[in-house]
Amino acid sequence: MNKIVRKEMLSENVVKLVVESPQISQKQSPGQFVIIRTDDRGERIPLTIADADRKNMTITLIIQKVGTSSHKLANLEPGDSLLDVSGPLGRPTHIEKVGTVVACGGGVGIAPLYPIARALKEAGNKLITVLGARNRELLILEKEMAAFADEMIVMTDDGSYGEKGLITAGIEKVLMREPVQLAVAIGPAIMMKFVSLLTKKYNVPTIASLNTIMVDGTGMCGACRVTVGGKTKFVCVDGPEFDAHEIDYDEMIKRLNTYKKEEQLSYDGYLKSLA
Amino acid sequence: MPVNFQELSADRNQEWRNELRKSITAKERGNLSRVKMPEMGPMERILGFMEVNVGLNEEAAVQESRRCLDCSTPSCVSGCPVNINIPGFIKLIEKKDFIGAARKLKETNALPAVCGRVCPQEIQCEAQCIYHKMKKAPVAIGYLERFASDCERLAGNISIPDIPQGNQVQVAAIGSGPASLTFAGEMAKRGYRVTVYEALHELAGVLSYGIPEFRLPKSIVRSEIAYLEKLGVVFERNVVVGKTMTLEDMKKQGFQGFFIGSGAGLPKFMHIPGENAIGIYSSNEYLTRVNLMKAYQFPHYDTPIVRGKRVAVIGGGNTAMDSVRTAVRLGAEKAMIVYRRSEQEMPARIEEIHHAKEEGVEFLNLTNPVEYLVDAAGRVKQMKVQKMGLGAADDSGRRRPVVVPGSEYLIDVDTVVVGVGTDPNPLIPRTIQGLEVTKWGTIVVNEETMQTAVPEIFAGGDIVRGGATVILAMGDGKKAAESLHAYIQSPARAPR
Ligand SMILES: Cc1cc2nc3c(=O)[nH]c(=O)nc-3n(C[C@H](O)[C@H](O)[C@H](O)COP(=O)(O)OP(=O)(O)OC[C@H]3O[C@@H](n4cnc5c(N)ncnc54)[C@H](O)[C@@H]3O)c2cc1C
Ligand SMILES: Cc1cc2nc3c(=O)[nH]c(=O)nc-3n(C[C@H](O)[C@H](O)[C@H](O)COP(=O)(O)OP(=O)(O)OC[C@H]3O[C@@H](n4cnc5c(N)ncnc54)[C@H](O)[C@@H]3O)c2cc1C
Ligand code: SF4
Ligand code: SF4
Ligand code: FES
Repeated sequence: MNKIVRKEMLSENVVKLVVESPQISQKQSPGQFVIIRTDDRGERIPLTIADADRKNMTITLIIQKVGTSSHKLANLEPGDSLLDVSGPLGRPTHIEKVGTVVACGGGVGIAPLYPIARALKEAGNKLITVLGARNRELLILEKEMAAFADEMIVMTDDGSYGEKGLITAGIEKVLMREPVQLAVAIGPAIMMKFVSLLTKKYNVPTIASLNTIMVDGTGMCGACRVTVGGKTKFVCVDGPEFDAHEIDYDEMIKRLNTYKKEEQLSYDGYLKSLA
Repeated sequence: MPVNFQELSADRNQEWRNELRKSITAKERGNLSRVKMPEMGPMERILGFMEVNVGLNEEAAVQESRRCLDCSTPSCVSGCPVNINIPGFIKLIEKKDFIGAARKLKETNALPAVCGRVCPQEIQCEAQCIYHKMKKAPVAIGYLERFASDCERLAGNISIPDIPQGNQVQVAAIGSGPASLTFAGEMAKRGYRVTVYEALHELAGVLSYGIPEFRLPKSIVRSEIAYLEKLGVVFERNVVVGKTMTLEDMKKQGFQGFFIGSGAGLPKFMHIPGENAIGIYSSNEYLTRVNLMKAYQFPHYDTPIVRGKRVAVIGGGNTAMDSVRTAVRLGAEKAMIVYRRSEQEMPARIEEIHHAKEEGVEFLNLTNPVEYLVDAAGRVKQMKVQKMGLGAADDSGRRRPVVVPGSEYLIDVDTVVVGVGTDPNPLIPRTIQGLEVTKWGTIVVNEETMQTAVPEIFAGGDIVRGGATVILAMGDGKKAAESLHAYIQSPARAPR
């Protein structure tokens, strides 16, 4: 069960795993995620289903190495298995033909954006993708996205590829140029916050997919809670996507920092255990 | 459940029981005093998660068993939701046939080692013991139940009942809490092919993720599961029914009957300002991190938890007590229960309240939080509370708390655990068509049969009752198994 059949490094810090998953591969829709555990001391961590292959019964996960659990995952090899994979969790993205859509992906957020962008294109929308990364090395899935996007804008913080600047600059260029019916923003919380402020200025309805800390992923613990429109929501069951203009990003960013100290401690211990 | 006194009396009239009864006079029995449960001292036990109650030794158990008068119409039995033959098993202990006692328990209760530990005996079986009429402490039924089943387990002498030739009919249980486990065991014993689907990576519901190790060691839960596996029950973990698989999928795979035991796992919050601050947990999250994910062994295990120094737990039930005692074990210097009614109204077990006090927990009763204040990083640093008075009794018979105006004050805290109850998780009711659901989100069943509005679907435990108890959930599982069996057998399969 849950055997890794393929592994590919997309950048120095981002790895793609294709995992056998007969049930989830059949049931998933764009926007959903799984919760995995690598081993019996491991955390339960959420990862978006970046792609799925119904015929070969696999799902694709794209992981950015940030701490212990993601490094453990990235160190697995084809033939290894994940101990637990549960899903598909969360509500699927509502896919509809609305006209012109700007799909904005920052960093590893490009991975969850990929299946959503593709589905929006397949539904008949004009799709403009704006991808942002700190530098060329960290940019992922560019070719895959370019294959179906009507237009693609790439922004890098250091100008090492595409245009130099923040992702919001690339988005604003589009918003100034033509009417846009929907924006989708996925990436670091701070990026989603600024994209959301921008699209609000242009009155463009926007959805954001949130990456809060989770434990069970089934609505049982409340670890993933965020404030949306003044109400507490559980990202794992009410989301992960919400109206981007209603999200309290500052609260979310603070909550993401809950375990900073512990995460560092855990990661240092992990590195030591490898040495 | 009506008690079958005839059956009890046939058991009681066995030769050896008659003799044993006469071997000591009732007066002498009545003069014996109730055993005390040996337990680890508070200072020692708060250093870890070891079980607090040590368990009776043989001598103490036999001594206690002598107190039971082997009543001709044992009132204790009607206090037990599954009508365990209480004098029946206790007299086997007196006879020193401990394994026999364990088997007698298993005739009616699939999880005696669990119930002997966590049942609120003081309001169930023991509350009905005849000793109360004599103004004496009741027989320690729970301790004896635990003793007998521990003996059987430790002896490695677990009996597997004769299972009839498999009938090849497939049935499924959704969720793996005590309701489903009981259902699964009962169906397996009737020869059905049973599969239990659990959303989490670990089985047994609240017994695994909620009730802490120091009250219910997980090794006991695991051995109860191993027993069910020997009965032929198949367990599928990481299956979120409604997401990974739907009921329709199961039907296509040949399942003919279903039991929903998905519990009441949705945590309630109070929706007061600041409640989403860092350091504020639901009791479910707090306990799940510690019990299921072993955060108390972080960084040996990867899941972290905030180890607060000043911890306030909101609520007065078992969940709140388990959380506050967990906080003590995680190193809290000040651990508080903040409860809006008085101690008398607390739904937690008396033993737990008592243990919490021994462990240094402070009780701020008649106190209710109204707001949390945070520091610049968003961590909770203080809570604003108000004092409450008690007004007239409400529907539940408990006196309603009323606010004392102008009584607000601040308490310094760095961690808060909100343990004010749970609601049923809406996933199952939402994804299965045709179920009837109350406004509280519980599934409506025929109380006699546990059958839902969909004839082949039965339900029980917390998804039907809201937050209740382990033994009530088990009683439901058992009743549902009887009814589903009757339903599958009935030629017409008529709806209720
Ligand atoms: C719905 C959802 C989908 C996601 N999809 C992806 C994805 O496709 N690819 C990807 O690389 N990442 C994804 N993430 C984020 C990913 O889960 C975290 O990066 C991962 O848990 C980090 O674990 P760690 O031990 O490596 O890092 P840590 O050192 O533990 O933490 C680094 C940071 O990751 C976040 N984090 C830590 N623990 C958790 C947790 N249990 N749950 C969620 N976030 C946590 C925190 O912000 C933390 O500061 C997703 C998150 C959510 C909620
Ligand atoms: C902290 C705490 C302490 C308690 N202490 C006591 C005590 O001392 N004595 C006592 O008698 N009672 C106690 N209780 C109450 C008791 O534990 C519950 O009443 C009992 O466990 C209910 O059993 P259940 O079988 O209905 O469901 P649960 O034990 O809640 O189990 C339900 C299971 O279903 C799973 N599930 C849910 N949805 C799905 C789905 N869609 N697909 C698959 N699986 C799903 C859940 O993950 C869970 O594992 C306590 C409860 C808590 C929370
Ligand atoms: S199952 Fe619970 S209520 Fe019944 S006899 Fe045992 S301890 Fe008492
Ligand atoms: S009521 Fe008390 S004394 Fe009588 S049989 Fe039950 S436990 Fe024994
Ligand atoms: S992760 Fe536990 S409720 Fe969402």
